[in-house]
Amino acid sequence: MNKPEILIIDDEPQIRKLLEITLESNDYKVWQSASGKEGIILAAHHPPELILLDIGLPDKSGHEILKELRTWYNKSIIMLSVQNSEMDIVTALDNGATDYLTKPFRTAELLARIRSAIRRNQLPNNNNIIECGDLSFDFLARAVKKKNEILKLTSTEFQLLSLFAKNEGRVLTHQFLLKEIWGIGYQSETQYLRVFVGTLRKKIEDNPNKPDHIITESGVGYRFH
Amino acid sequence: MLNLNTRRVPLKTQYLISIGLVIIVASACQYMSNYFGYRVVALVLLMTTSIIAMLFDFMPVMVASILSAIIWNFLFIPPLYTFHINNTEDFLMFLLYFVIALVNAVLTFKIKKAESKFRDKEEKENSIKLYNTLLSSLSHELRTPISTIIGAVDTLKENKEKLSIGNQYILLDEIDKASFRLNRQVENLLNISRLEGGVLKPNFDWCDINELINSVIQMQSQAEDHRVEFKENDSMPLVKVDAGLLGQAIHNILHNAIQYTPPDTLIKIDTNFQGNNCIITIEDQGEGFPEEEIPLAFDKFYRLPNSKPGGSGLGLSIAKGFVEAHGGKITLSNIPNGGAKFLIEIPVETTFINKLKNE
Repeated sequence: MNKPEILIIDDEPQIRKLLEITLESNDYKVWQSASGKEGIILAAHHPPELILLDIGLPDKSGHEILKELRTWYNKSIIMLSVQNSEMDIVTALDNGATDYLTKPFRTAELLARIRSAIRRNQLPNNNNIIECGDLSFDFLARAVKKKNEILKLTSTEFQLLSLFAKNEGRVLTHQFLLKEIWGIGYQSETQYLRVFVGTLRKKIEDNPNKPDHIITESGVGYRFH
Repeated sequence: MLNLNTRRVPLKTQYLISIGLVIIVASACQYMSNYFGYRVVALVLLMTTSIIAMLFDFMPVMVASILSAIIWNFLFIPPLYTFHINNTEDFLMFLLYFVIALVNAVLTFKIKKAESKFRDKEEKENSIKLYNTLLSSLSHELRTPISTIIGAVDTLKENKEKLSIGNQYILLDEIDKASFRLNRQVENLLNISRLEGGVLKPNFDWCDINELINSVIQMQSQAEDHRVEFKENDSMPLVKVDAGLLGQAIHNILHNAIQYTPPDTLIKIDTNFQGNNCIITIEDQGEGFPEEEIPLAFDKFYRLPNSKPGGSGLGLSIAKGFVEAHGGKITLSNIPNGGAKFLIEIPVETTFINKLKNE
């Protein structure tokens, strides 16, 4: 089997070296580029399975590279950012980034995110049935079961939970969720989201105060597992 | 020496008080003039201007001096109620009065100037001293983990064959811990410079305080040797805060409690809503703070005397800054039966839609 290819676009040689060794030892083939322009050429020449893109690049900002890539590249792009940059992260996710990691990150976390992003490349999620830990979704029957018991959900709760399930492992920004469920014009009404996430947690989590399914990504959005 | 800060009294008030005082004293003397002669009045007025000179700025003192000289001449030196002076002796006295009053004003002004110069110098020296202690504590805080990393890496590279697997693992673990310590200090420094630089703009959004506190507790990896108890308050509304900043503030206080209270003791967090304030309390079972240190606890780089090594003295001042960025306040007190209690109080916008929905 061919090794999945990953392109790293980051101007820091140390980070590239670290990523190269970590990824190659985990059976990925690695291409790398120190600048955005070169990265785009490399990606166009030989589209990889996944791109790791640094938000702060010297020649062009990671945001611009992301936008350019997204005009034709539809596989996963994971952004690398620094801490305290929620605004940057939200912008990147809204511009089509698949996921993000803040430096410094643990390599186990990096590998988990890469695996999940690549898996999503391979199977477009139009299954009618999704299993997610102790939850199972049947979209045709409009039913969600936890440990084989059907959950009583309101229509909005079902919509929100389905949206989460179809994007398992992925960060969904507040704005995206509000737009999808409540429609345009509701993007700043985050209190609705808090309320529905709160009630959903009471229904689907073993311990709603230490959630395993709907994880808060502070300042960014939610991630469903 | 009277040490009133003249800069605090507005100039207008200084003029008013000076003129008023001279007039009042003069009227009193007028009333008493049956009992003593007008030359005594000169001394009383001179004393009044001297007192004014000790308290106030140069110009009000000058005005008081001139005014008192004129009043003395007009009301007390015969012939009364004229500016005319018959007697050579009286004329000489008037002249002397005038000169002494002026010299008085000039001299006290000069003394004050020298004093403030001395104070400035002292303040400057103090801040240099403070700066130096900060630098040394900070460089210690940064260099310790760096030394650990460099040393451990050297040992791992050069003595690989001689090291047991167990020891190699210990060294790697030390590198790991040192890196995170370094990262925390860098984070602290960035936060303090965000606060100092005035670039901190809270990003207010609806937040479930119970969830925020729970996530802060879960992030505390070092909390294992303490019991952290938090009971969700189900009556809390959603509140509008910057969850990142408030979370960091709570995290810093919790981290502080974990670092400086004995293992296996309890740290209790509570939240409440009163008036329009969101209230969060964090209580520990340590020794509390010495009363005289409490006012200093939130000062930048301040650390309790004889506290254990490690720590930059930034955590609590960042917590204070972040709470104040919300227009709130943070206070520290000792609990009567032992332990310290931190109280965060933030005025917030609220919505109870979460409660309506759950009914």
